[in-house]
Amino acid sequence: MRNLLGTLLIGLTLGSVYSLMALALVLVWRSTRVVNFAQAGQAIVTTYIAYEIVTRTGVFWLAVLFAVAAGALIGAGVEYFLMRTLFRHVDEGPVAALAPVIATLGLLGVIRSIVGMIWGNDFRSFYSPVSTDNFVLAGETIPFSRLNLLIILATVVVMIIFSIIFQRTDLGLSLRAAAFQPEIARLAGIRVGPIRTLGWVFAGVAGAIAGVLVTPTTILSPNSLDLLLVFGFVAAVIGGLESLPGAVLGGLVLGLGVSIVLNYVGTSLVFPSIFVVLIISLIVRPNGLLGNKKVRSA
Amino acid sequence: MHKLSTKKALIAFVIFGWILVIVADRVDELRVYQGATIAITTLSIASIILLTGYSGQVSLGHGAFLAFGAYAAALAQTYWQSPFWFTLLVAVMVSAAFGFILGFAAGRLSGPYLAGTTLALAVGLPTLANQFSFLGGETGLVYDAGLPPARFGEEFTLYKWFFWIAVFVVLIAMFLLRNLLNSRFGRTWKSLRANPTAAALCGVNVAQSKVMAFTISAGVAGLSGALLGMISIVAPSAFPLSLSFTIITGAILAGVTSLLGSMLGAVVLVVIPEIADVISHQLGDSEKVVTNLPGFIISVLLILTVLFSPNGPAEAMRKRREQHAKH
Amino acid sequence: MSSLVVSNLTVSHGAIRALRDISFEVQEGELTAIIGANGAGKTTLLRTLSGLKDAESGTATWRDRNILGKRPEDLVRRGISHVSEGKSVIPELTVRENLVIGGLWRRDKSGTERAIKEAVELFPRLGERMSQSANTLSGGERQMLAIGRALVSRPRLLLLDEPSLGLAPLIIEQIFAAIKNLQKSMNLTVVLVEQNANSALEIADTGVILNLGELVASGNAGELLEDPALKSAYLGY
Ligand SMILES: Nc1ncnc2c1ncn2[C@@H]1O[C@H](COP(=O)(O)OP(=O)(O)O)[C@@H](O)[C@H]1O
Ligand SMILES: [Mg+2]
Repeated sequence: MRNLLGTLLIGLTLGSVYSLMALALVLVWRSTRVVNFAQAGQAIVTTYIAYEIVTRTGVFWLAVLFAVAAGALIGAGVEYFLMRTLFRHVDEGPVAALAPVIATLGLLGVIRSIVGMIWGNDFRSFYSPVSTDNFVLAGETIPFSRLNLLIILATVVVMIIFSIIFQRTDLGLSLRAAAFQPEIARLAGIRVGPIRTLGWVFAGVAGAIAGVLVTPTTILSPNSLDLLLVFGFVAAVIGGLESLPGAVLGGLVLGLGVSIVLNYVGTSLVFPSIFVVLIISLIVRPNGLLGNKKVRSA
Repeated sequence: MHKLSTKKALIAFVIFGWILVIVADRVDELRVYQGATIAITTLSIASIILLTGYSGQVSLGHGAFLAFGAYAAALAQTYWQSPFWFTLLVAVMVSAAFGFILGFAAGRLSGPYLAGTTLALAVGLPTLANQFSFLGGETGLVYDAGLPPARFGEEFTLYKWFFWIAVFVVLIAMFLLRNLLNSRFGRTWKSLRANPTAAALCGVNVAQSKVMAFTISAGVAGLSGALLGMISIVAPSAFPLSLSFTIITGAILAGVTSLLGSMLGAVVLVVIPEIADVISHQLGDSEKVVTNLPGFIISVLLILTVLFSPNGPAEAMRKRREQHAKH
Repeated sequence: MSSLVVSNLTVSHGAIRALRDISFEVQEGELTAIIGANGAGKTTLLRTLSGLKDAESGTATWRDRNILGKRPEDLVRRGISHVSEGKSVIPELTVRENLVIGGLWRRDKSGTERAIKEAVELFPRLGERMSQSANTLSGGERQMLAIGRALVSRPRLLLLDEPSLGLAPLIIEQIFAAIKNLQKSMNLTVVLVEQNANSALEIADTGVILNLGELVASGNAGELLEDPALKSAYLGY
């Protein structure tokens, strides 16, 4: 029973950060039709910024604030300077369709090496803003701390804010319209260019939050978020890559799955099992848990 | 570019190999080592060219297949005491088998899904090595080609021996690849990439030939991985995500449609760390810069290439020539 | 007064020349039908006029100002609304959201609400389905929704691309009646692209006939309908 509760809570914690990363990937995918592999790089920069602020001031919330602002700015910059140029240049040829994806990969490389040049490649610890001691419930410790609780609560808050923006505001409506049918959105008078940039801004924010939340549970290094990127991608795919609720659900399902494997099978099989989950979900539910049936060939 | 007949190509390959061996006799150890690296990188780039340039599929994590090959070869050597040539064969077969499995899934995916899946593979695979003790953890496994035969004399160094093996294996593999791409298969893949619908209407089994391309590409990558393991080590650190980036960059720089370009791409990739060395020296040899500059230059090159000449400089030049010819 | 003036317009899709040297004028408040068989270049013409496609040469002005090479979202602000070919709705949004997006650019919530109400009065079937996903609508309802969305933008020039495509005759009749009604009641200038020559020319004031990218005839809709040579060659009856 205690074990089950622990598994569930750990799963929720992991699922929360996976959801945030998945959300970032889905937001970019919907606005530009690109899987942004540089998301891990963007998030690592914002996490290092947060790290600097925490070590200097000790104020976690200030660090989060700066990370979020930097995430927004970097997202906008990447879309405006790199993606727009790319779509203007790329026309035809064997690589044309892959060019944007390859460019985000290159960007990941650039960001990591710059981060490495500034902060070095050694591991650093990002101290947790709250206690990481496990809670004691009815005399028994459960593998769940204030930090885990903070991660879950922060994610819930972010999700609520995002869903209000997307479902209740005109801006959110423009974002959705431009994501699904950019041509019709333009004919309706929506300025799709700035809206696309905005999609990247929101993605940058979600990625930044994922970075600062997950790093206190692990370590910080120029590639410490690579695995989060992979988990986020798998979660996004489970959710169908198109849908924001799908990304959240995908993240939670994956988090629980990973937690179960960790607890009952062992660390060694986490990666092989998520890889199998990825392949199976791609083949069995090509449009995600919430999607309808269309083939994934875009 | 006119095509050489198979016989003439064979002669060209043999002469080229001969020249390399003669040149290797006259340069220092470091250059010989770099020569081996170029040969091996050429082969790994060729595996991407086969996959992306010919069959239109993408793999952002081909480093994983290099790792499959290297580990398979090292395991065969460590646990079965297999002869060296046999370990190379094992590398090809095992990596191709994984390629077949992934290619089967890949046939149903495309674009971003395939890109993400292959990337996930490359990121996650190194974590496995630490989990299973028979894979040797961080320190990895020992894998080598043995000492050079005594009759080559005392002068004949280990690196020269590696170079000979690498050049010999790579030349054979490239020759076979060249023939494959000029055969019916190569043409089928090209037609697939250009227009899958039309190819399907012409009776091409699209799914089957994509899986085939993935399998062969993985096999080739596995072979180059084993060779890479031979000259360095078989450990997670030898197959980082940046290896996959590097191979892709090489392929894109080479222009993904020409096998010949793969050597050019490989030379560039090997020269870059040299240049980076010089630059970091100028910048005062800070360790942070030294370790990160090569990756930086390679990534910037990758971005610039997709921005300004997405199909590679070679392809752009060919197009320009064609346009000239028209006028 | 001519409000839409197209002269010597040439448009290509790569090597394919879809429109060659087209010239015609549409008067303010007039309904003009553009008639032509499949591949005549009708869709290309509308897409060029609404900013979705670049022209190769020639000019086009709306109320004396150039409209070529402008963005569609800017042309909407100048009163040009385009209902593109094939029921241009966003299936992932609700009916109501599909209507609302037409008015977002004006940042005038009450004005948009009024416009939505008018659209619903014109097509009452939309009113019953406001919170449904547009995905669940029938073909005819989707076409009504697409036109409704365009109306919420408060256009002065309405470009319609084959609104009758794939619809039952009864529905087509309803939609055509609504279009005619709009033109009259709001003094709207309408360019209606149709293959369905007969019914389009019947409600139109003037007509333009395209064939393989060239303009073969233009003028009073009634006269075009009566012209025996056109009848057999292009109008297909
Ligand atoms: N996106 C496109 N790419 C290439 N050719 C096109 C494209 N759109 C239309 N065409 C060609 O332009 C011509 C006119 O097409 P279109 O404007 O769609 O005609 P209509 O709407 O009258 O059927 C046709 O020959 C068609 O094949
Ligand atoms: Mg048409």
